[in-house]
Amino acid sequence: MENNIIHYCNIKNNEVFLDGKKLYSGQDGDQFLDFIKGVYKNFELNYPKFYKMDPLCKLAITASSILLDGIDQDIDPDMGLLLSNKSSCYDVDVKHQDSISQGEESYASPANFVYTLPNIALGEISIKYKLRSENSFFIFEGFNPEFMIDYANSMTKLRKSSSVLCGWIEVKENVYNAFMFLVKPEAGLAFTKENLLNLIE
Amino acid sequence: MKEKVAITGMGIVSAIGMNAEENFLSLKDNKHGISKIAHIETTLKDKILVGEIKKSNQELESLLNLPSKNNFSRSSMLGAIAAKEAVQSAGISTDGNTSIGFINSTTVGGMDMIEKYYRDFLDQEELQHYIEVHDAGSNTDLIAEHLGIQGFVTTISTACSSAANAIMLGAKMIQSGRLDQVIVGGMDGLCKFTINGFNTLMILSDTYNQPFDDQRKGLNLGEGAAYLVLESEASYQKRNKKPLAYLKGYANANDAFHQTASSEQGDGAYLAMKSAFEVAGMKPEAIDYVNVHGTATPNNDLSEGRAMIKLFDQKVPDFSSTKPFTGHTLAAAASVEAVYSIFALRENLIFPSLNFQNKMEEFDLTPQQELKEKEISAVLSNSFGFGGNCSSLIFVK
Amino acid sequence: MEELKTELKEKIIEALNLEDMSVEDINDTDMLFEEGLGLDSIDALELIIILDKDYGIKLTDSKDGKKIFQSIETMAQYITEHRTK
Repeated sequence: MENNIIHYCNIKNNEVFLDGKKLYSGQDGDQFLDFIKGVYKNFELNYPKFYKMDPLCKLAITASSILLDGIDQDIDPDMGLLLSNKSSCYDVDVKHQDSISQGEESYASPANFVYTLPNIALGEISIKYKLRSENSFFIFEGFNPEFMIDYANSMTKLRKSSSVLCGWIEVKENVYNAFMFLVKPEAGLAFTKENLLNLIE
Repeated sequence: MKEKVAITGMGIVSAIGMNAEENFLSLKDNKHGISKIAHIETTLKDKILVGEIKKSNQELESLLNLPSKNNFSRSSMLGAIAAKEAVQSAGISTDGNTSIGFINSTTVGGMDMIEKYYRDFLDQEELQHYIEVHDAGSNTDLIAEHLGIQGFVTTISTACSSAANAIMLGAKMIQSGRLDQVIVGGMDGLCKFTINGFNTLMILSDTYNQPFDDQRKGLNLGEGAAYLVLESEASYQKRNKKPLAYLKGYANANDAFHQTASSEQGDGAYLAMKSAFEVAGMKPEAIDYVNVHGTATPNNDLSEGRAMIKLFDQKVPDFSSTKPFTGHTLAAAASVEAVYSIFALRENLIFPSLNFQNKMEEFDLTPQQELKEKEISAVLSNSFGFGGNCSSLIFVK
Repeated sequence: MEELKTELKEKIIEALNLEDMSVEDINDTDMLFEEGLGLDSIDALELIIILDKDYGIKLTDSKDGKKIFQSIETMAQYITEHRTK
């Protein structure tokens, strides 16, 4: 059976949706960090490590938690992870860069540096859900549905991942958009370019 | 694995050579490339040793015949030099080629230029063109453009396993029939961003790195770039090209333990190796040599060693880390070591793990310490990255 | 010493982003790592930076941190004996 889209979660414009249903709205004028903290509290994610994360990981862990905790299915231990975005982990990169360009007074922060790679977001999801499956992070100019379809399909076909958690997790300062979706070879919405483009809108 | 994935070309620059042959001779003659840092002004210069390529950015520009106004970062210049050599050694033409792919990987991208000019960008317009190539992907595009590649181009960033994942994606695209030829690998130049970051994690050694030694103090950062040309059977047969080797197995797994540290028992490392053997349809005992990740940090070598002992059921084959030669080249490490694995197959040689003195107290593993000649038909190469990203590759004759 | 302990608690909460905690939640003898506050190895490195930046104490081996960072009590003790600023 071909892969279909089983569930999806959107976090954008101060709102959170699961399978198209609005579950949460932030305060008007919320900055990203305030908004995402509000989401964390509202959904009672209860994962204090959240506070230590960079903005990219905060968004990724929140979107994946809302999606995975919101469905009454067990998580496949071999669920693959496939994330993408445009700005990598820009915000924490800038923070680290600032901390090392103060001349003699430079003190790089280890807690920042460990987040200066986009694939740490894959690691954080893997740690939270105890996944040791195949995972990859790609950087594109914009959301690339063709690539996600090809790659996710090859993960289930060639590498025995039984499902793939895919996502476009973009955040740069106060501009953000998370679209996380779970694909699996069972009944669901067709895993097509048109559907993906509709769902991210 | 159905479709064979052949390697028909390779190119490399590292602290021990500006091309494949120079790298080979340095490995054979025990000539390492670790020294004090010369090309970057840093307050840490007397405290660390690095595997630096002894060429200034100007010298790299002239090697590539770049115009005086260009926006190549140091990483992308290293990448362009190595990619050119790979293409030449494969005997293919890339200029205007729409069917060849290019899968690059990097962790620092254009960061070196950004940190150098960060404070000058606002008032010095002539520097602003470097801002465009800050991100990883535009560095790949620069190289693709330089080589005239017009086919599938993408960039992977998964820390120190990046190039292994680029090789893996290339192999999948060959096997699924999407590409017949693809250039795969990684690049990373030294920059303050990584030097300061690794320093603050306290995993940089102040002396020569000593993989798998009981007294190991950490890693030496390095810089470099390396690429393989992967090709389908139909494609190399059609043009009568004899492959250098084949990529027989590959796999990726997550350690799911910590942002930067490896788990105690090396769970992710074990899974990556185990799955690579499944993909290859091979048994671990078929391996003649393991080019280990072996960064010489206390944490990596312990978990990688434990994972190997479990995988090989106590009978770990000859192994060495080549990072004492090159330093840890981050995103390029897996492709640098893929080239060295192919040397091992081609020359039937195992390159030594330099600077080793005493076995670790936790287990009975001794890396190969001298150049060793033996028939080698299969090599396993490991690369593990921050974020728990673990990849293993298996190369055969 | 009491002042230093409170200062350390504030610094730790801020530097390590322990948002759900306040100074009152941390006892002087609470274990900082593992079952105590649950800090990890990256947090330990952050504490090493605090020693350096705020108290002029340089540690060269991250393993030395283990003893010093057992609790607020041991940390304050060490800082009092070794501080250069």
